[in-house]
Amino acid sequence: MKRIIVCLKQAVDVSQLKVDAATRQLITAGAPRKISDFDKNALEEAIRIREKLANVQIVTLTMSSEDPKTVLREALAMGADKAYVVNNAGVEGIDTSGTAYVLAEAAKKVGQFDLILCGETSLDSFSGLVGSRIAELLKLPQITSVRKLSIESGTVTAERALEDASETVKAKMPALVTVTREINQPRIPSLMMIMKASKKEIVTWALADLGIQKEKLAPKIEVIEALAPKMERKKVKITGGTVQEIVEKLARALIQEGVVGR
Amino acid sequence: MSMMSENKGIWVYSDSHDLTLEMLGKGRKLADQLKTQLTAIMIGYDVQGKAAELAKYGADKVYMVDNPVLTRFQSDMYLSVLYDLAVNQKPDIILVGSTKNGKPLAARLATRLETGCVPDCNRLSVDEKGKLVGERITYGGNAIARVTFNTKPQIATVPARAFEKPEPQDRQGQLVKLDVKTDPPKTELVETKPLQASSARIEEAEAIISCGRGLTKKEDKALLDELAGVVRGQVGCTRPLAEDRKWFTEWVGLSGHKVKPKLYIACGLSGVIQHVAGIRDSKVIVAINKDPEAPIFEIADYGVVGDLYEVLPALKDALKKMLQ
Repeated sequence: MKRIIVCLKQAVDVSQLKVDAATRQLITAGAPRKISDFDKNALEEAIRIREKLANVQIVTLTMSSEDPKTVLREALAMGADKAYVVNNAGVEGIDTSGTAYVLAEAAKKVGQFDLILCGETSLDSFSGLVGSRIAELLKLPQITSVRKLSIESGTVTAERALEDASETVKAKMPALVTVTREINQPRIPSLMMIMKASKKEIVTWALADLGIQKEKLAPKIEVIEALAPKMERKKVKITGGTVQEIVEKLARALIQEGVVGR
Repeated sequence: MSMMSENKGIWVYSDSHDLTLEMLGKGRKLADQLKTQLTAIMIGYDVQGKAAELAKYGADKVYMVDNPVLTRFQSDMYLSVLYDLAVNQKPDIILVGSTKNGKPLAARLATRLETGCVPDCNRLSVDEKGKLVGERITYGGNAIARVTFNTKPQIATVPARAFEKPEPQDRQGQLVKLDVKTDPPKTELVETKPLQASSARIEEAEAIISCGRGLTKKEDKALLDELAGVVRGQVGCTRPLAEDRKWFTEWVGLSGHKVKPKLYIACGLSGVIQHVAGIRDSKVIVAINKDPEAPIFEIADYGVVGDLYEVLPALKDALKKMLQ
C-alpha cells in the first residue's frame, strides 16, 4: 500500500445558506464553504488506514473555481500529506459527468495509487454520482455506501449498508470506495497539527495542465431553476387555557382532518 | 451520446421489485404523454414469474435477461447487461430505482453511455419539446431543483415511494427473452446479513411521532411509544438522537428516511432544514415545542407551544378518549 487518494468537495455549508424571501432564490454567492461532511469521513478513514499500515501517502483531490486553501488547510491539518487542486475558473456549470472526468484525469496525473476514497454523496448537491462515475472512467472495482473497511495484502474488504441488509464485499486494489457518515467520527485537528500543516504542499493545476479541453466538460444536464420550496401549511397555533384544553382542541382538529382513527 | 431524433421509448429498471412497479406507474403516464412504449428490464435468475407480472403494471414490453450467473445483484455484471441493451436499443429515457445498488449503477451506466443522470427525482414530467424534467431536493433541503437533459438517453434515478404503485390491470405485454454476455465481476461477495429488522418500515407508517433533542432521556421514548400506540403509528427521531446519542438506529430526514405519513407529530425538535426535507410530503404536520420561535412552527399545520413531557401524555389521553 503506497498511496490513497481522497476526493474532497469544497461544498456550500447548507446550514448557513440564506434565501431571498421574495424570489425564493438561494443566495449562494459568498455563502460559507466547508469540506463536504461525507468526504471528511473518507479522509478520516484514509488516516486510520495509514495508522495501521505505515508508509502510506494520503493526497487529496479537489476541483474548485475559487481558492479553496482555507478548506484544504483543514484537510492537511487532519492528516493529509499533500493537496491537489484543479482550478476550473472560467468553465461554469460543470455537472457530475465533468467533475468525475476532471478528478479521474487528476488521479492519473497524481500517479500510482491503491485506493480512491470518496464520500457517498455531497453535502450540498447530494447527487451521489461522482464516485461511481470516477470508478467507471478509471475502470476500477467500486464498493459503495461503505460503513466498515479493512485492507489486507492488496485486497480491500468492505461492509456496505443496503436498504434491508448489510453486505461484505472484497476487491483487489486499486479500487474505489465510497463511504457513509457512519464509518467513523472525523478527528478535530489540534493546534499542533494545524501549525504543522502550514508547511505541507498544496499543488494547483489548471485544466490545461491535465490536457482537458473545455468541450469535454459541457454539461449533460441543466438546472432550469433551484428555488426554496413553498411550504403551504395551515400554521394554526393552538393556544389558551390549560394543557388539557389545548390537547383536546388539537385532538379534535386531527380527527376532523381524518388523520387519526380507523 | 448525442441528441437523437428517434424516440425509442422509456425504460424502467430497479433491483427492487416494488420500486420497479412504482416506476412503471409513473412511466406509463409519461409514455402515454410522449406516445411511446414503456419497457421494463428484468435481470436475474428464475425471474420469469416476476417478469410476466410487469405488463399488468403498465409495461408494453419486458426485456428479460434470465441467467444463473445473475442470481444476485453484482454491479459490474448488471451494468454490462444494461449497457448492452441500451447501446443496441437506444431508449430515450431510462428510469433507475435509486437504491443503494441502483444509484451507483445509474451513475456508471450514464458514464459508459456518455450521458447525463439526474438522481433522486421525486417528480418527473416532460416539457413541451418532449424532454424529461426531474425535480429533486438539493442544498440540504434549502431548494427544489428542476433539472433537464442535454444528452440522450436521459437517465433519472427514482427513490422508493416517490410514486404510487399502480393497481394491476388486465393487460398484456410482450415478453422478450434476451441472452446477454456479461462482464466478469470485479468484486466478490463475502457475506450478506439481513439488518436487524427494525420491525416495521417507517416509510409505511400512517402516523409518525418524532422527537428531537427536547427528549432528555432515552427511557422517555416510552412517551412517544404510548401516543404511537393510540394513533397506530411509529416512532421516529432527528439525526442527532440516532448518530450522536445512539438512542435510535435510524432517523428521519434528508440523509435518513424520507417519509410522507398522514400525520407527523414533531416533538421537541427545532426543524432544521435537513429534517424538514424528509417530512415535507406529510399530509398534516403537528409541532410541539417549548420555544415559540422554533422554525418547525413555520412548516406545521398545528402548533402547540409547550413541554412535550406535559403535552404528549395529555394528547394521548385525549385522543384515546375521543377515538373510543
